[in-house]
Amino acid sequence: MSDIDLTTRAIEPPRLPRLEHQTFEIRALKSGLLTWLTWIAAGLAAIPLLSVIYMLIFKGGSRLFSSSIGEVLTGLPPAGFEMGGGIGPALVGTLVMVGIGALISIPIGILAAIYLGVLEPSSRISTNARFLAKVLTGFPSILAGVFVYAVIVIHFGYSAMAGGIALAVLMLPTVLLAAEEAMSQVPQRMKDAAYGMGCTRTQVILKVVLPTGLTGILTGVMLAIAGAAGESAPLLFTALFSNYYISELNEPTASLSILIYNFSGMPFQNQIELAWTASLALVLIVLMFNILARILGRSKY
Amino acid sequence: MNPRQPPGIRPRLVAAGLGTERHRQPFPHSQENAMANPFPHAQSASPISGPPSALEYASDRIFRAIALSAASVIIILTAYILWEVAGKAMPAIGDYGLGFITGTEWDVNKGTFGVLPEIWGTLYSSLLALLLGGVFGIAIAIFLTQDFINHRLATIFRTLIEMLAAIPSVVFGLWGIYVLIPLLKPGAEWLHDEFGWIPLFGSDLSGPGMAPAALVLAIMILPTVAAISVDALRRIPYKVKEAAYGMGTTRWEAILKVMLPTASSGLLAALVLGFGRALGETMALAMLIGNANQISLSLFSPANTLASLLASNFPEAGQVEVHALMYAAMVLLAITFLVNVLGLGIQQYTLRKFEGKK
Repeated sequence: MSDIDLTTRAIEPPRLPRLEHQTFEIRALKSGLLTWLTWIAAGLAAIPLLSVIYMLIFKGGSRLFSSSIGEVLTGLPPAGFEMGGGIGPALVGTLVMVGIGALISIPIGILAAIYLGVLEPSSRISTNARFLAKVLTGFPSILAGVFVYAVIVIHFGYSAMAGGIALAVLMLPTVLLAAEEAMSQVPQRMKDAAYGMGCTRTQVILKVVLPTGLTGILTGVMLAIAGAAGESAPLLFTALFSNYYISELNEPTASLSILIYNFSGMPFQNQIELAWTASLALVLIVLMFNILARILGRSKY
Repeated sequence: MNPRQPPGIRPRLVAAGLGTERHRQPFPHSQENAMANPFPHAQSASPISGPPSALEYASDRIFRAIALSAASVIIILTAYILWEVAGKAMPAIGDYGLGFITGTEWDVNKGTFGVLPEIWGTLYSSLLALLLGGVFGIAIAIFLTQDFINHRLATIFRTLIEMLAAIPSVVFGLWGIYVLIPLLKPGAEWLHDEFGWIPLFGSDLSGPGMAPAALVLAIMILPTVAAISVDALRRIPYKVKEAAYGMGTTRWEAILKVMLPTASSGLLAALVLGFGRALGETMALAMLIGNANQISLSLFSPANTLASLLASNFPEAGQVEVHALMYAAMVLLAITFLVNVLGLGIQQYTLRKFEGKK
C-alpha cells in the first residue's frame, strides 16, 4: 500500500495554466481596449456623413421643400444682391451633359466589355485594355478636362458637347470594367450549351450573355452615371458656366456642381443658400442612380 | 410549337428558346421512322437545325470587328490623352525644363512657372489624408469583418460608408467651408497659441488651409480604403481565424497577429489606391486649401495642390500659361500613374496569393 502511495506522489501532474477567461488579465484588457477604440473609430467615421446629411436637409431643404420650389427648380441663378432665383439652367445642363456622356460611353463600354469578357478574354489587346481601364479609373478626373480642353475646347470653344465628352472619358472605364465583370459571371456551361446548338459567337453574346448579365451591366452603368453627375472638375473648363438655359450644344453650359463651386465663395447669403439647395438636388440625383444600381444588383439573388 | 412544322419555316436555334417546348422535341421527323434512321435529315437542310447561314456568318464577323474596335478605343484613348497633353506641354517643357519642377513661383506676368509648392502640397495633403483615412478605413474594415456587430447592422453600416463615397466632391467642399473650418478654428487657435513652437502648428488658421483640406480628403478616401480592406480581410479562409482561436488567442491577438499580417498585401493595396485617389482629388481641395504658393509644414497655413492649381487657373489662362498648366498636368499624371500602377500591382499580387490564379 505504501509503495503505491509513494509512486502517486512521485508523478506530480504538470502545471497547467489557467485556461478560463480572466477579465483583468493584461491580454484581456488589451483586447477590450482595442475593441472600444474600434467602436469609437467607427462612430467617428459616421459623424461627417451625418453632419453632411443634416446640413443638406436643413440648409438646402429649407429652400427646396418650400413654397418657392417652382422658382428654385426653374429660375435663373441670381446676380449679386438680387434675391430669389433658382438652379434651373444648372439642373438642365447637368442632365444634358450626363446624357451626352452616357450616350457615348455606354455603347462603347459594353461593346469593349464583350470583347474583353467573352470574345478574347486573354488576348494581348484585352489584357492591355483591361489594365489601362483600371489605370484610367484611378486617374484624377481633372485630367479628363485637361484632355478635352486640349482636343476640343482650344478649337471649338467651351460647349456642352465638350463637357459631355469629358464625362464620357470618365464613365467609359467604369462601364467597361463593370460590364466585363458582369459578363464573366455568366456560367461557362450556358455559353457552351449555346455553342453546342450551333450558335455563332454573336448569337451567343446577344441571346445568352447579354440577357443573363444585364442586371450586372445596368448596375455598372447606373454607378457610372451617378459618378458622372457628381463630377465637377472636368466640367470646369470644358462646359464653363452660363446663367441661362441651354439652347444649343455648342455654347457654354451651366451645371449643378459648377454652380455650387461658384456660389460657395460668394459673400451673399442668397447665393450660399442656393449652393446648399443645389447640393441637395445634386446629392438626390446621385443617390437616385446609386439606389437604382443597388436595386438592380440585388434582384439577381 | 407544332412538331410537324412545314419545312419552309426555319426556326432559329437560339439558346434563349432552349426551354421552350419546341426544343424539347429535337427531332420531330424522327418520330415516324425513328428506328430506321436516327438522323434522316443529316444530309439535307433540316427545318430545325443547320449550320449558320452566310448572313449569320457575316453579321458575326462584323459584330466581332465592332467589339474589337471598341476594345481598342480604350487603348487608343489612353495613348491619345498622353499624346495630346504631352504635345501641348512640349513648348513649356522646352522652355522651363526641370526648373519647372524645382521652381517655387507661379507668375504669369513675369513668365516664371514652378510647381514645387504644388507638388509639396499635393504629397503633404495626401499623406496626411492617408494617415487619417488609412487608420480609420482599416479600423472600419476590421469592425465590419471581425464579428463586432451582427450581420444586418454591418450591412447598414457598410451602406452608410458607401453613401459617403457617393457624395460629390463639391458638396464636401461646401461642407468644409461652412461647417468644418468654423469648427476647427478655435482648436487651431489654441494649438497655435500653446504649441506654436512645433512646426506643425506654426501658423494660425485664417479660413482655408491644410488641416481642413486634409480632413475632407481623409473622409473622401475612407470609403475606398475601407472597401478594399474589407475585401482583403474577407478573402482570408475562415479556418485561419479558427486555428488562431484554437490556440487560445484573444480576439485582438487573432486580428493583430494573424488576420492583419495575412491580409497585409491587400491592405497595402488599399492604402496605395486610397493615396492615388487623394492625389487626384480636385474640387474639395480647390475650395478648402487656400491656393497659396508656399511650402510650409504648418497644418493651418494655406497651400496649393497640382489639381487645384489646374482647376483655379485653367478657366482664365492665356496661351503661355496653358502650356505651363499642361506641363503641370503631365507632372500630376506621372505621379498618379506611378502610384496607381503600384497599387494595382500589389492588388494583383494579393489575388494570386490567395486564389492561386496564374
